[in-house]
Amino acid sequence: MEGKDIEKELSAQHYSLLVKKIKDRFGGDILETTLFRGEITHVVEKGALVELCRFLKQEPDLQFKFLSDVLGVDCRKALSCFEVVYHLYSIPNKYRLRIKVRVREDEKVPSVTSVWRSADFAERETFDMFGIVFDGHPNLKRIYMPLDWEGYPLRKDYPLTGFKDEYNPFGVEKV
Amino acid sequence: MGVTEGNVLFTTVDNIVSWGRRSALWPMTFGLACCAIEMIAAGCSRYDTDRFGIIFRASPRQSDVMIVAGTMTKKMAPAVKRLYAQMPEPKWVIAMGGCASAGGPFNTYSVVQGTDLVVPVDVYIPGCPPRPEALLYGFLQLQEKIKREMPSVFAKFKV
Amino acid sequence: MEDVVSIASNNGDDIITKEVTLNMGPQHPSTHGVMHLVLRMQGEKIVKAEPDIGFLHRGMEKIAENLLYPQFVPYTDRLDYLSSMTNNLSYVMAVEKLIALDIPERGKYIRVIASELSRISSHLLAVGAWGLDLGAVTLVLYAFREREMILDLFEMLCGARLTYNYMKIGGVRGDLPSGFKEKCRDFVQIFPKRVDEYEQLLTGNRIWLQRNKGIGVISAEDAVDLGLTGPSLRGSGVKWDIRKDTPYLVYDRFDFKVPAGENGDCFDRYMVRVEEMRQASRIIAQALEQIPEGPVNADVPEFVSPPRKDIATNMEDLIHHFKLISHGFKTPKGEVYSSIEAPKGELGFYIVSDGSERPFRVKIRAPSFVNLQSVDPMSRGAYFADVVAVISSLDPVFGEVDK
Repeated sequence: MEGKDIEKELSAQHYSLLVKKIKDRFGGDILETTLFRGEITHVVEKGALVELCRFLKQEPDLQFKFLSDVLGVDCRKALSCFEVVYHLYSIPNKYRLRIKVRVREDEKVPSVTSVWRSADFAERETFDMFGIVFDGHPNLKRIYMPLDWEGYPLRKDYPLTGFKDEYNPFGVEKV
Repeated sequence: MGVTEGNVLFTTVDNIVSWGRRSALWPMTFGLACCAIEMIAAGCSRYDTDRFGIIFRASPRQSDVMIVAGTMTKKMAPAVKRLYAQMPEPKWVIAMGGCASAGGPFNTYSVVQGTDLVVPVDVYIPGCPPRPEALLYGFLQLQEKIKREMPSVFAKFKV
Repeated sequence: MEDVVSIASNNGDDIITKEVTLNMGPQHPSTHGVMHLVLRMQGEKIVKAEPDIGFLHRGMEKIAENLLYPQFVPYTDRLDYLSSMTNNLSYVMAVEKLIALDIPERGKYIRVIASELSRISSHLLAVGAWGLDLGAVTLVLYAFREREMILDLFEMLCGARLTYNYMKIGGVRGDLPSGFKEKCRDFVQIFPKRVDEYEQLLTGNRIWLQRNKGIGVISAEDAVDLGLTGPSLRGSGVKWDIRKDTPYLVYDRFDFKVPAGENGDCFDRYMVRVEEMRQASRIIAQALEQIPEGPVNADVPEFVSPPRKDIATNMEDLIHHFKLISHGFKTPKGEVYSSIEAPKGELGFYIVSDGSERPFRVKIRAPSFVNLQSVDPMSRGAYFADVVAVISSLDPVFGEVDK
């Protein structure tokens, strides 16, 4: 559910802190806000991402000091973009929040390693699996696949069994 | 084994050498994934492997058997080949579990579909993971296989 | 090229030294699996420790996109293979959140008992392997003696020793068999004394203290910033346990403590794990007292197969079961994130659904993957032998690091 319905579903405290405060501060950069199964998601402009993250971390009412995860989703068929999703948690206040950024195939995303150090491995994994480049990451190289691997495995056009080689005779023939 | 008369034993060199080789197999600890836990459990006090003469060694240069326990990925395959080359002769390989035998449930872009695409395998133990008793049975089968081998020096010159 | 550094030794002359790069693993007896650690060292002191992972990457997330929702549960067993019940639980809870399904009380209690037994067995192996790595070899034999008892209980429950596939969407695969409650009660009664035995071997031991106290210190702010969770975070003093803060299943009905350390060193992480084992056995004892009678699985034929005896006698139930197994169920469009307190930390599943029977994207937030980032800050400036203690105290499991 979106828009005005969110105010009815959430408690007053959650709404004022997690939705209204962020929208008041960042206004036009917040493209979309949704609520599903009790979880709030904000879709944000790529340029305002690092500033928003810093605000969420340092604001005394929010204190989102814990970055749970950074991941990518291949939405090229439905939305013609990749989505990069950030899951945040506030340990003293027990709030959870999700931030999303939408990028095209050749765009770069600013890295949040300057805000939370735990983004390090997670951004490398997103780069390895999807090919999304993070600007400002200290050590952006492949983490799961061998360094000379070609292709980005979790994209929707990459075959599950991989390409045929000496180790996997069941793979798809390379075109 | 052979004919015994009092304190004297008559047998062949092949029998003695293969008895020595199979009764003291020293595996290299090469646990990759879940099967490694069952391998450790087989080495602990309930399903003791020490009573078969099996002592787990860490270094490939001091071991006879390599138990590939777990999924082998394409990134790991060159390391496995290198470890196999570092083991001194005579050496054997046991592929423990579904993933080591044939790729297991993972038919994906990064998994080698069976250890025998990388190193020659002697015994395959199916299971996901195989029980420790299955691993012990695999060792006994390997011992049977070694019994049938003819390691004697003259075998090289058989026409 | 190699760095050439000149340092002044104690008596004032200049010594020219070189930095050495040492490869630890991927095959190594004490790296807890396939980890390649590239250590840059100045003599015996570590300058930088960089983990190189991916030697067990099996592509589980891509497999999940091609399978029906219930078909992915056996694959989740193979993530943190030391405590498979908690992996199953986390995935199944995420799917149940997506389809807004609630399960009956008895099912929740059985899930709690299974998760806590899993937690004990995982910590037993963590402490046992830690002793094995540092040279206290006796401990692993004792730990496995208790672990075999727990695996006997699990074998009674679902037939498997290591990869259970016991939780299913809508409940658990089968009710508690007869004799399980008594055997579990016996185990829970003798277990605290066994934990005392381990403490007798290790906690006051001078060698253990010297190898673990003051090693791998990490402060509370650094730990939160690096994304540490689980016993490693609580060793630094941050009292965050998902079972207490945002309780799931029936954890809010039990009385248990959440242990936390003070200094953030390896010894505190060890003490947290030992105390968690005791608290877990308390939770199991309380759950065995409180467990109610009733059905185990939810009674929603669109998502959950009906019980076996109904399938054999009732035509409608048979058709529901057939449709569920062959076509699965359609889920509402949306995304959920659900996490639980696994023995290693916060294990979360993020599922994106596009309205069909197969998930569009499944992301596994593995605690060991994020915990591994702190190997570098913890081992800077320490000696080489301390790296083994640091890795053992973080307790990574490579099935979940590499997915």
